[in-house]
Amino acid sequence: MATRAPGLVEQHPAKGVVPTGPAPAEPVPTTGGQRAIPTWVWALPPVAVLAVVFLYPLALVVQESLAPGAYGDVFASASFREALVTTVWLAVASTVGCLVLGFVLAVVIAFVPFPGGKAVSKFIDVFLSFPSFLITLALLFLYGTVGMANGVWTDVTGDPSGPFRFLTTPWGVLLAEITYFTPFVMRPLLAAFSQMETAQLEVASSLGARPLRIVRQVILPEALPALAAGGSLVLVMCLNEFGIVLFTGAKGVTTLPMLVYSKAILESDYAAACVVAVVNIALSVGLYVLYRGVSRRAGA
Amino acid sequence: MTSGIRFDAVSVAYGGTTVLDRLDLTVEPGEVMALLGPSGSGKTTALRTVAGFVRPASGRVLIGDRDVTGLPPYKRGIGMVVQQYALFPHLRVEANVAFGLKAQKVPKGEIPGRVAEALEMTGMAAYAHRYPRELSGGQQQRVAIARALAIRPKVLLLDEPLSALDAQLRSGMLAELARLHRELPDVPILYVTHDQVEALTLADRIAVMDKARLQDCGTPQDLYRRPRTEFTASFVGNANLLPVTVGTEGVVFDGTELKVAVSGAAPGSAATLCVRPHLVGLGDGPNPLRGQIVEVQWRGSTHRLYVEVGGHRVKADVRELRETPLLGSEVTLHFAPEDAVLLAAGVHDGH
Repeated sequence: MATRAPGLVEQHPAKGVVPTGPAPAEPVPTTGGQRAIPTWVWALPPVAVLAVVFLYPLALVVQESLAPGAYGDVFASASFREALVTTVWLAVASTVGCLVLGFVLAVVIAFVPFPGGKAVSKFIDVFLSFPSFLITLALLFLYGTVGMANGVWTDVTGDPSGPFRFLTTPWGVLLAEITYFTPFVMRPLLAAFSQMETAQLEVASSLGARPLRIVRQVILPEALPALAAGGSLVLVMCLNEFGIVLFTGAKGVTTLPMLVYSKAILESDYAAACVVAVVNIALSVGLYVLYRGVSRRAGA
Repeated sequence: MTSGIRFDAVSVAYGGTTVLDRLDLTVEPGEVMALLGPSGSGKTTALRTVAGFVRPASGRVLIGDRDVTGLPPYKRGIGMVVQQYALFPHLRVEANVAFGLKAQKVPKGEIPGRVAEALEMTGMAAYAHRYPRELSGGQQQRVAIARALAIRPKVLLLDEPLSALDAQLRSGMLAELARLHRELPDVPILYVTHDQVEALTLADRIAVMDKARLQDCGTPQDLYRRPRTEFTASFVGNANLLPVTVGTEGVVFDGTELKVAVSGAAPGSAATLCVRPHLVGLGDGPNPLRGQIVEVQWRGSTHRLYVEVGGHRVKADVRELRETPLLGSEVTLHFAPEDAVLLAAGVHDGH
């Protein structure tokens, strides 16, 4: 650490602040009572901005939710409990789907050489920038009530309507979420695979391991941190997903964000909306804390 | 069961570039064959055709009597050790060694014994419960060797196995590999290296590769003492190659007559004279060559002198001199007639 020349030491150095550079070699001008600004002063503007634009509104939401009887009413309502269950199982199922599909696709892209493999890998990066409702819209064109699949069916069979109606059910939401969120799992996986030595795979196969065994016993164990990272990201994003659920127009599918929307905008019941929002936030933050705990233990 | 390796006119091409050109080579059962050559010479490609990672464009690869050209790697029964060890980082040493046994469905009861045996052979028994990241480079390479030996391979492929180790470890591991070879007298070993010391030390025969082709093949002594090509002479042992004209009782170099055996070479024809630097002496003697010192390198126990003779740099490794010769000073070099080899080839300039 820097040693300060006697006489240049400040009377009251900021507590807990580590000096970031060596002490000034030239004498500091002492006229006019000029003093170095304490470091914590620099932290004030960003903290203030954060407080005004983020923490204050959040506090308002929490405060609003504390209206008398709001929690009791919401927790007692069947619609809330239903939304909670729907949100959690949709998020968990989507995450599992994304992990399985993402792992398979990433293994193929990373280890099975095929023409255009690089382009596919690049496209996944682009895909991450797409808005979620776009995927739902595309699925509507394909499997919607008047979509292409049903159109082909009615043309071929002459039936008045096609059989594809799953898009407005939870399964439609699940399909859309898996489609949209799978690349979020693939990105960290592909990054992890690019670091893997191909020599390991070659040695494994020379030792007599068939491709499936290599995937299971060599690639999968090394992909676990990336799977955990991608999976937890997708889980939190699915819990909070709004656009996909709204766009599929699934009647029976009400998730927590949808419930917040309908309470606040459609019913103007702000207290209930805020309660649901707080539960949603708690769920996300709780999962995040859990993920950090798990990943720290895995890393230790 | 004994089995050798046979390359039968094996060619490999990537997108129109031939990286291995009609290789014919046989590794006998129990023989250590070094594939020696500079990078890009095709030696690693040759090894990879045996392992099954590269499919030849033409030709066949045989292990024993079996044509394995179209066989996937996992059916070939090969032990392979690579430069970067390629241990499985999430498995302990014993699980790494057991990997191949499990993949080959060796009965469960047999596995611990064979793992212990392989670790014993490589001196790594005490480290069975460690993870690869807890081992040094040399220890990791021993584990990699144990892993390859555990499956009792029909052939052993070593791809620059010592290149990642420092010089001292390397010489220790060379002795280790030689001992392992004595303990496995039937397993043929294909050893790819660019290091001539490794090849000379370990190999029963050396196949010298350059520009995708097999240039020369023979015992280390053969290649070193009686190289057949200029490439072999310069790559193995870094020989002096002097363009000469064949005379009746010797050769003529830069107007000077030199006495060497010319067995069979037609008088008047061009040839290359090959002399090892450590067989060139300083001062007067038989076959004197006068020239100017252009570079001096002190190498501890020896001095390497570069002497310009008739427009060619002649290398001489002499015992450490008390006084370092001055650059530009005139000196005389000499060599014994029996220490030179005449190559019936075109004019070639030193390197």
